[in-house]
Amino acid sequence: MSALSKLTIAEARDRLRAGEVSAVELTEACLAEIDGARALNAFVHDTPEIARAQAEAADARIAAGDAPAMCGIPVGIKDLFCTQGVPSQAGSKILEGFRPEYESTVTRQLFEAGAVMLGKLNMDEFAMGSSNETSTYGNAVSPWRRGNDATPLTPGGSSGGSAAAVAADLCLAATGTDTGGSIRQPAAFVGITGLKPTYGRCSRWGIVAFASSLDQAGPMTKSVRDAAIMLQAMAGHDPKDSTSADLLLPDFEAALTGDVRGKKIGIPREYRMDGMPEEIETLWARGAEMLRDAGAEIVDISLPHTKYALPAYYVIAPAEASSNLARYDGVRYGRRARLAQGDGVTEMYEKTRAEGFGHEVQRRVMIGTYVLSAGFYDAYYNRARRVRALIKRDFERAFADGVEAILTPATPSAAFGLGEITDADPVQMYLNDVFTVTVNLAGLPGISVPAGIDAQGLPLGLQLIGRPWDEADLLNTAYALEGAAGFVSKPAKWW
Amino acid sequence: MSIDLDTARRVAKLARIEVAEDALPALADEFNTILGFIEQLNEVDITGVEPMTSVTPMRLKRRDDGVTDGDRQAEVLSNAPDAREGFFAVPKVVE
Repeated sequence: MSALSKLTIAEARDRLRAGEVSAVELTEACLAEIDGARALNAFVHDTPEIARAQAEAADARIAAGDAPAMCGIPVGIKDLFCTQGVPSQAGSKILEGFRPEYESTVTRQLFEAGAVMLGKLNMDEFAMGSSNETSTYGNAVSPWRRGNDATPLTPGGSSGGSAAAVAADLCLAATGTDTGGSIRQPAAFVGITGLKPTYGRCSRWGIVAFASSLDQAGPMTKSVRDAAIMLQAMAGHDPKDSTSADLLLPDFEAALTGDVRGKKIGIPREYRMDGMPEEIETLWARGAEMLRDAGAEIVDISLPHTKYALPAYYVIAPAEASSNLARYDGVRYGRRARLAQGDGVTEMYEKTRAEGFGHEVQRRVMIGTYVLSAGFYDAYYNRARRVRALIKRDFERAFADGVEAILTPATPSAAFGLGEITDADPVQMYLNDVFTVTVNLAGLPGISVPAGIDAQGLPLGLQLIGRPWDEADLLNTAYALEGAAGFVSKPAKWW
Repeated sequence: MSIDLDTARRVAKLARIEVAEDALPALADEFNTILGFIEQLNEVDITGVEPMTSVTPMRLKRRDDGVTDGDRQAEVLSNAPDAREGFFAVPKVVE
């Protein structure tokens, strides 16, 4: 039975349609795996009743010949998505007890396509983190280990639960969200595929907001083909999100020909960083070689403002977060602090937020408050928005010169141990997103593809960045890279 | 630019987050680390560059200004920590 949870979406779809397996069987196999994997702390709210009911409905649809690709596919949902009647806490104590009265657009679309929800997945609080160590549920743990060393490793963040669950075969795929790298970095750390679509491709409605101009939902899957299939169900225009794009969706899976002959792939020189491990450098060069062997033309390009992406991000994201998180005031939902005799409404706000927000969230809300405050708005916030325009222009120039995709490392290192990067130096943790954050600032699609294993036996990923709205072409390039890299390693089961 | 205790206290107040007096020095240190990192932005020549306002140029959609939703008092209040008689309840605001 347990082999069923190891299937890709594409394999499961084909077997479901051929009547070789039922959605109920797939779902039971995943539920059993989840039960046996509490040590990973990936699933934080289980929804077996919903899963079984959805699986039965999916089997009925398949029997009736009405089976979209996601029909009967068991998935995990990041806790950031509001799911009707099911706890949706964004990994925060301040949303304890919150059960949305509504369904996010992305999960509604997945369910309408027949997907089965197994439960909600662990994540950094309000998606602020790169290691899943800021969650109110405690750390999610990677299924990977450094050889025989039992040191618990991070699955990355913020979509750490999603990454751990997919890599450990607790589900066939999971949703993630990516504000600065939160899909691509964890995907790279655990050896799976993670796609951040173009900003506006998936509706943000019903997803707890972190930084509204950067947030974007996407699939975390076991293969590039699965990412194409799942994106198809998640994407599309939504009148409830004014920034969602009213564009026709191409058939993403049909774009996967693997033919990249004549395609111009850019290698940005600014991504070669001082102190980058040699293994990452080697992997990057090998990735370029693989694409060249497949017939692509590899060109050196320059993205001169790359260095300023992280500092710009750490103005813009906290600024937007301080505004978005103002709604957690203990009045309308979530948790309210216990008040002392004589406390007024201001004390209620201050105590509720001090007790409900974790340290990293408080820090970012306050940094955001500072950069937006009178006298500093121009010096910090407007300057960062101007630098952001320059970062976007760098990419636009490369694309105007005929570059169709850009190849970079996904992360500056392999997964690190939980607790190895101390809370005292937040900037060191922020550096994890150095290769991914530019893509959010420019609103582009980016995908992380597992491409190798380091000397300690840990997965490493490569990132491909595409032109806006051209996920189909980006997925095809990623498909070619995936085929050439032939990454098949799986973590040895210890949990 | 360096953040002193008064600024840290004022920012915490503006953000409506209670911070104990003895936690302020560490907080100010962390702010200074992050702001020191952000200072790099001052090296960039931004003359003549407009601040980026939207990721992709798009016209905001418009719709008729009509009522499309409503009558959901019970749902709106269902998650409130304290709701009474169809309202959100908070500590006394006006004496």
